[in-house]
Amino acid sequence: MQLTGDRFTAEAASFGNDLSTLPNFPAEIRAPAGTLPGVSSFQLHFANYDILTPGDAPDVLVAMNPAALKANLPDVPKGATIIVDTGDFTPRALKKVGWDTNPLEDSTLSAYKVHALDLSGITMEALAPFELSRKDASRSKNMFALGLLSWMYGRSIDGTVRFLQEKFASRETIRDANIAALKAGWNYGETTEEFAVSYEVKPAAMPAGIYRNITGNLALAYGLVAAARQSGLPLFLGSYPITPASDILHELSKHKRFGVRTFQAEDEVAAIGAALGASFGGALGVTTTSGPGVALKGETVGLAVSLELPLVVVDVQRGGPSTGLPTKTEQADLLQVLYGRNGESPVPVVAASSPSDCFDAAIEAARIAVTYRTPVFLLSDGYLANGSEPWAVPDVDALPTINPDFAHELNYDGDGEHAFWPYLRDPETLARPWAIPGTPGLEHRIGGIEKLDGPGTISYDPSNHDRMVRLRQAKVDGIAGIPDLQVDDPSGEARMLVLGWGSTYGPIGAAVRRARKAGHNVAQAHLRHLNPMPANTGDVLKSYDRVLVPEMNLGQLALLLRGKYLVDVVGYNRVRGLPFKAEELAEVIVEEVGSL
Amino acid sequence: MGAPGLAGVPTADAPQTKKDFTSDQEVRWCPGCGDYAVLAAVQGFLPDLELARENIVFISGIGCSSRFPYYMNTYGMHSIHGRAPTIATGLAAARPDLSVWVITGDGDALSIGGNHLIHALRRNVNLTILLFNNRIYGLTKGQYSPTSEQGKITKSTPMGSLEAPFNPISLALGAEATFVARTIDSDRKHLTSVLSAAAAHRGTSLVEIYQNCNIFNDGAFEILKNRDSRDEVLIRLEHGEPVRFGADGQHGVRRNPATGALEVCDGDDPGLVVHDITADDPTQAFALSRLADPGTLARSPIGIFRQVERPAYGDLMNQQLDDAVTAQGEGDLQDLLRGKDTWTVG
Repeated sequence: MQLTGDRFTAEAASFGNDLSTLPNFPAEIRAPAGTLPGVSSFQLHFANYDILTPGDAPDVLVAMNPAALKANLPDVPKGATIIVDTGDFTPRALKKVGWDTNPLEDSTLSAYKVHALDLSGITMEALAPFELSRKDASRSKNMFALGLLSWMYGRSIDGTVRFLQEKFASRETIRDANIAALKAGWNYGETTEEFAVSYEVKPAAMPAGIYRNITGNLALAYGLVAAARQSGLPLFLGSYPITPASDILHELSKHKRFGVRTFQAEDEVAAIGAALGASFGGALGVTTTSGPGVALKGETVGLAVSLELPLVVVDVQRGGPSTGLPTKTEQADLLQVLYGRNGESPVPVVAASSPSDCFDAAIEAARIAVTYRTPVFLLSDGYLANGSEPWAVPDVDALPTINPDFAHELNYDGDGEHAFWPYLRDPETLARPWAIPGTPGLEHRIGGIEKLDGPGTISYDPSNHDRMVRLRQAKVDGIAGIPDLQVDDPSGEARMLVLGWGSTYGPIGAAVRRARKAGHNVAQAHLRHLNPMPANTGDVLKSYDRVLVPEMNLGQLALLLRGKYLVDVVGYNRVRGLPFKAEELAEVIVEEVGSL
Repeated sequence: MGAPGLAGVPTADAPQTKKDFTSDQEVRWCPGCGDYAVLAAVQGFLPDLELARENIVFISGIGCSSRFPYYMNTYGMHSIHGRAPTIATGLAAARPDLSVWVITGDGDALSIGGNHLIHALRRNVNLTILLFNNRIYGLTKGQYSPTSEQGKITKSTPMGSLEAPFNPISLALGAEATFVARTIDSDRKHLTSVLSAAAAHRGTSLVEIYQNCNIFNDGAFEILKNRDSRDEVLIRLEHGEPVRFGADGQHGVRRNPATGALEVCDGDDPGLVVHDITADDPTQAFALSRLADPGTLARSPIGIFRQVERPAYGDLMNQQLDDAVTAQGEGDLQDLLRGKDTWTVG
């Protein structure tokens, strides 16, 4: 089902629609078919205008079995089209999901336009000449459904035909059967009178450029490759497989010709340790993980804070605590990445706001890490990781340059001493020199024990420790190049601001549009830098009568804003493993505005 | 030198001395600690490798021995408890032009860092790991360690420890290590010869060093060091030689035909096993490691147990990078970003 979704997305993308997707699948690899927990779905929203979310309520639901119908029906608005494969609507399958009677035969679906088709049967028939096993033939029904949908929306299936030719190049029968099923689905739509209407969704008006479709994990991986190129540093990824971050490891492991080294470690601790070791040696050290992995890496992040070496730690957040909901989204690691370490351990945090923003956010995280010699957390989440949207392919010549500025010379003169001091800071950035092994004359030792300000030798002196704690904090607080928080308020008269961070950007934007359409003045702003926050953040918050902060956690950003800026923000918090729905958020916004 | 373990590491322009490898930091181990002897041996032997000093890196974990890098005038990192092999792995894989050393102890390497140690050995990263084994936790002031003998009375085990100790050599051999050796802090000559062989080996070299903690576990290896007892209990392994020990070689080691295990016999027994460090099969090396009594360490073999060739992890990784460039050319970022499925908007 995920593959079918991917292909329909690709067809919509190459037609030029704007789009947004939400793959949703169980954590189990082969969850029992036909059960409610086993349902895997792929939601695609495409339009001829710019869109921000995968949509709240689908106009068309394709359900391949009773479980899929039952699991998704609550999201489908009355009047929508439902295409059902009746092949699996046996009494046994119905019973498995708790239906005593067949919903296709009673009044359950009376409010919908239902097309009950024996997709399995038709597909089998279409594939009879191929003499496939029943199992293989039945698998092709997804391609039949894709062909049918492609016809309904006037999408070319040429791209998918090419895709199938490549994917099954070595298995001719499977290849031909899938192509035949795809074409049969298209032809079925065109020749039967079952579908009286087909829909036309024109290309969206987007700024000129070359576009492609991209998921957050892919964009993030590309951002890391780009950051390595822009800094001239070889990329070293230390990673341990974990959902939903593993695809970044998979992707980067393909790019060895870019000098990318990927190391699949024995555990999360080794993964970040190797990345930090590579950083010590002058690489762009990166580790990728999800929340439980961050918990394990905490001590090494603390070491990186003390060593003041560049390191990018990617946290693709998922539902927690503990194993939680591995395949579902959440943004409840904010406080963990900010404060989940011993001692005063300040770490910059950058959060991507959309799948394509993962590319730029990765470059920004690397810029801060390299320039300020510090570990940086880059936050994504399950929704961004697997969701996709069109992306204007950037011109690589226009990407920012990152300067590692390695140390080559002795840097200290005094008391008759001509020496290299590894903790003699740049007065402007407070960054320390990065002298990598192999540089003659700059041999030095660093470690997790507190260091004397300047020479960097071990120091247990109380006032030195107090000074070093403050210096490390001041270095992070003083990070430059963070743009001011931009407020979007077309009316100029809004008294309420909706402030978000991370992947809620799309749903909040869509909800704000709805509220404005309904005649309400609402301002919107989004935080990309969570530490340090943009310099004007406090002023912006204080200029509104009310600040609403929707988060997929129990109010973590809200806590920070209240603590830092003494502003009584209002939270809206849901932790359901799914992104916010625009309609739901719009209602909350309208209600809050109305109460002012 | 031209030794495989050091291939690719730049050589020094001029001869170096022990002084060149001595940092300006005051050494702060307890007076009488066995670590001093190891430090002196390493500082004294490194000039022989003729490597550029700036291309040598010492990485350590946490524990008394892990202060070692501060005293070496090379690059160095004092990292986190148990994690030194991970940091060294990343560094060695990313930088084939460095000679990377790991300094660790029995608690650091075998307790909190046990997982990283076995995986470094399995991968065969080009590292030299010096495992200072004093059979006690020193830095935390005297608790039993994973190599302490069972029944050990310590601060945390007033009625005696309950656990069977690890035999680090057996562990390393079981973890697919390609170079495994044991030596003793007090035997400078033996220590130096083992270190030379370890540095020359390409891949992970594990050297267990019996090291005396004179504060919390004094005399732990006395039986192996004392003139009166050592010849009877210390087995010096020599490649290609029959395994014999005793002042006059009056004891030997042979294979028990019934069990396959090794056993002590007379030195003139016709069935003495001949030590072969290059044997592909680690069975005999493992059996030799089992000769030592886990409690008293009587019949402890010292020397090189195993030294076999297997491609080093970093070399394989770098080869894949080269192969990818050969097959597909260097990566073009713009092409990568554009991908295959694009569309153009006016």
